[in-house]
Amino acid sequence: MIELDGVGVTYHGSSTPALSGVDLRIEEGELCLVVGRTGSGKSTLLRTINGLVPHFTGGTLHGRVTVDGRDTATPPPRELADVVGVVGQDPRAGFVTDVVEEELAYGMESLGLAPEVMRRRVEETLDLLGLADLRTRPLDTLSGGERQRVAIGSVLTTHPRVLVLDEPTSALDPPAAEEVLATLHRLVHDLGLTVLLAEHRLERVVPFADRIVHLPGDGAAIEVGSPAEVMATSPIAPPIVELGRLAGWSPLPLTIRDARRRAAGLRRDLSELPVPTRAVVPVSDARQVLRAARLAVSYGRTVALREVDLSVAGGEVVAVMGRNGAGKSTLLRAWTGLLAPDRGLVTVAGHDPVRLSPAELVRQVALVPQEPADLLYAETVAAECDAADHDAGLPSGRCAALLEGLVPGLAPDRHPRDLSEGQRLALVLAIQLVSDPPVVLLDEPTRGLDYAAKRRLVTLLRQLAAEGRAVVLATHDVELVAAVASRTVVLADGEVVVDGPTSEVVVGSPAFAPQIAKVVAPLPWLTVDEVSASLEVAS
Amino acid sequence: MTRRPPPPPRALHPGAWWLWALGLAPAASRTTNPWLLLLVLAVAGHVVTARRSDAPWARSFVVFLKLGLIVIAIRVVAQTLFGTPAPGSVLVDLPEVGLPAWAAGGTLGGPITDTALAGALVDGLRLATMLACIGAANALANPKRLLATVPAALYEVGVAVVVALSFAPSMVASVQRIRAARRLRGRPDRGLRSIVTVAMPVLEDALERSLALAAAMDSRGYGRRATVPARTRRLTTTLTLLGLGGTLVGLYGLLDGTGPAALGLPTLLLGIVVAAASLRSAGAGVTRTRYRPDPWSGPEWLTTAAGVAAAAGTIVTSLTVPGALDPAPWPLLAVPLPAAATVGILVALLPAWLTPPPLMMTAVRRQPRRQPRRQPDPAVEAPATSVSPSSEVAA
Repeated sequence: MIELDGVGVTYHGSSTPALSGVDLRIEEGELCLVVGRTGSGKSTLLRTINGLVPHFTGGTLHGRVTVDGRDTATPPPRELADVVGVVGQDPRAGFVTDVVEEELAYGMESLGLAPEVMRRRVEETLDLLGLADLRTRPLDTLSGGERQRVAIGSVLTTHPRVLVLDEPTSALDPPAAEEVLATLHRLVHDLGLTVLLAEHRLERVVPFADRIVHLPGDGAAIEVGSPAEVMATSPIAPPIVELGRLAGWSPLPLTIRDARRRAAGLRRDLSELPVPTRAVVPVSDARQVLRAARLAVSYGRTVALREVDLSVAGGEVVAVMGRNGAGKSTLLRAWTGLLAPDRGLVTVAGHDPVRLSPAELVRQVALVPQEPADLLYAETVAAECDAADHDAGLPSGRCAALLEGLVPGLAPDRHPRDLSEGQRLALVLAIQLVSDPPVVLLDEPTRGLDYAAKRRLVTLLRQLAAEGRAVVLATHDVELVAAVASRTVVLADGEVVVDGPTSEVVVGSPAFAPQIAKVVAPLPWLTVDEVSASLEVAS
Repeated sequence: MTRRPPPPPRALHPGAWWLWALGLAPAASRTTNPWLLLLVLAVAGHVVTARRSDAPWARSFVVFLKLGLIVIAIRVVAQTLFGTPAPGSVLVDLPEVGLPAWAAGGTLGGPITDTALAGALVDGLRLATMLACIGAANALANPKRLLATVPAALYEVGVAVVVALSFAPSMVASVQRIRAARRLRGRPDRGLRSIVTVAMPVLEDALERSLALAAAMDSRGYGRRATVPARTRRLTTTLTLLGLGGTLVGLYGLLDGTGPAALGLPTLLLGIVVAAASLRSAGAGVTRTRYRPDPWSGPEWLTTAAGVAAAAGTIVTSLTVPGALDPAPWPLLAVPLPAAATVGILVALLPAWLTPPPLMMTAVRRQPRRQPRRQPDPAVEAPATSVSPSSEVAA
């Protein structure tokens, strides 16, 4: 269905190719997963399939890309709209109309299909994706998972043979991600659609993949094979695979079910070992630097938080979880004084954040927002660091030194927008930590981070907590929570539903349990590192 | 006689509501009769409440009403400060300040009479009523859907307008986001300087968003065209130029009135016909089709007719009862209520009953949102997650 022969892409003004020497054949009805580090060319590969690269992005395409027998080099992407459907990372950015039903019809209108055909296909697609209840809903009012399904539906109505998705689940909470993946699974199995998808969160998608394409980046040859083959050697792998490698299982388990069947022996070994201890910080009133008491916040008529009580002490890493729209970001914004509470009390190190001037605020609290790039204005990394030192009234060089500690060897003359997600996150953290605040808040820090970057982030967060800072993460990433959080708070509908030590909260929760916890349940091991540490001590 | 069941809900053709509003608006613009203006306002308000859906744009009516209040306030303040003295009983006597000669030697302040105040109020009310008519059309019909009904040849222009319209709210959102980010970096988030430095990131944001949208639209087939022979293309261009030229000359002739009569209406009509032909010819290259176009049937004709009736009633009054449309606005009870105009405006109220009820967008909800809430009690509401088997093991 899709053939790539010696495909390489070089963008204008770039000396190294973004992609080179890719030979790939994807058969009809296959769900093919593209994995690789950030910047290894995953998005570029996906965009060659319908000709967005090079027609839309510029650059030079070498080799040949054929989809359903059509060469994509000559026709522009719009001429391939009936063969390839593309869903971008943020579905909102691609919506053209404002109601679900019209959005589904948009592609067909462009193709000039007859009204009866359009009507029939819209109805079919509404049923296929379970969107019938939403047909008249404005797109703004949809939840993240619904929005992603509408985006998939809007390209399906043109009856493409190939569906291309770029990180379809990375912005979604675990239940919404499952909803989207179940839909994809059904499309592949019932309709024989060919699906090509890129994703960082391997723990979510590997069980669904028929084949995996691993892009190692840096011009190395790509690896293609069955999930078990590629995962055996891949440097990026979900926790379940790493557990399999640790326990020496062959073939490697790819689903929780496989792993649980094999793990009987492991569970027996572990049950005789002492449970892993997580640094539990004694909660005494004296050390509580962050407080919210009966906090209520609303946006116009929408209530975001009602009656939230939460305190965080220095040295704690607290994860705030909950579905999209549960009020996680609102809580962080209230603690930085970006929102005034309707009722209740918020304090940061004893101050009311709303009353603090921006200059005083940065000395008390650092917030890394969902879009770290919002905090960057300068042309180079060095200028950004100098500005941060200047704003904090400190001698030049402090921020650069912090940055060097976070990501060694980042060239100071690079433009902040050209950095990878992980590097940009580190830069923003360095800027925010210059004035040494006792509180660090991070909103969805792992979006777009690969496993290596995530591991560095975990080390860094532990270090921040060890220095006595209070760290709060709002996140959907259960693996990150398992690795770093000492306490987990679950918000639902603006209320605190659960608040307790991470191992107690996440184990047994179908939505928030990390993979390892699901494999060894009911034992309280959460990460591969914990399992390997316990086994090492035992032997 | 058996009672007919109410028609099933459906959205009226957006053009019908706009024509209705465009009939109601001149009924307001041609009069300073406060009773008639209030009547128009009441009619517009009632029809909006009866026939608007629950879509986001349907809430815009209130915004237009508030805008109207501001207009009235500005008009009244301007009258009190800069108004020329008018006869009538003096309400307040403000101290008078003479302006220097370079400011044309006028005066500020001075006595304010009831007639002057009433005149200013009515004048502001007239503008506010016209705004309310536009607001009613906005609330009753999705402006985007109206643009979607343009002829095929203008479709791409229509899409450009639609995209531009949807960018305004997202620009506001990104300005807020980036100003918040400034505060997080410890920089002042208020004042002129902060707005200037925010402009660049906001523009970058907007540019990135438009590129993403353009890529998505291109991948979904936007801009596909049929091959059009060169002769047809040349014909289209010629027709367009002739049509626009004719329309311009015709309009000029009509408005000027001193030129030969042939330059006026006939040229204008000819220009419009030629322009229509050019649109038709240009539409041949467009392969696009429309999904479920809004039908134009009985209720649409009725709504349009109701709007026309309002305009017609006002025109009839202006021709038959001189002065009834521009009476002295004070005292209020002495202001006459001309029959033809009143009936016409009341006819415009009919669509509130005679059109099908609007289609609610959130009628089908999987979970009802606004239900009375219990007192939050985390201990009770906590799902099974907090009581997991492992907690015992851990303990």
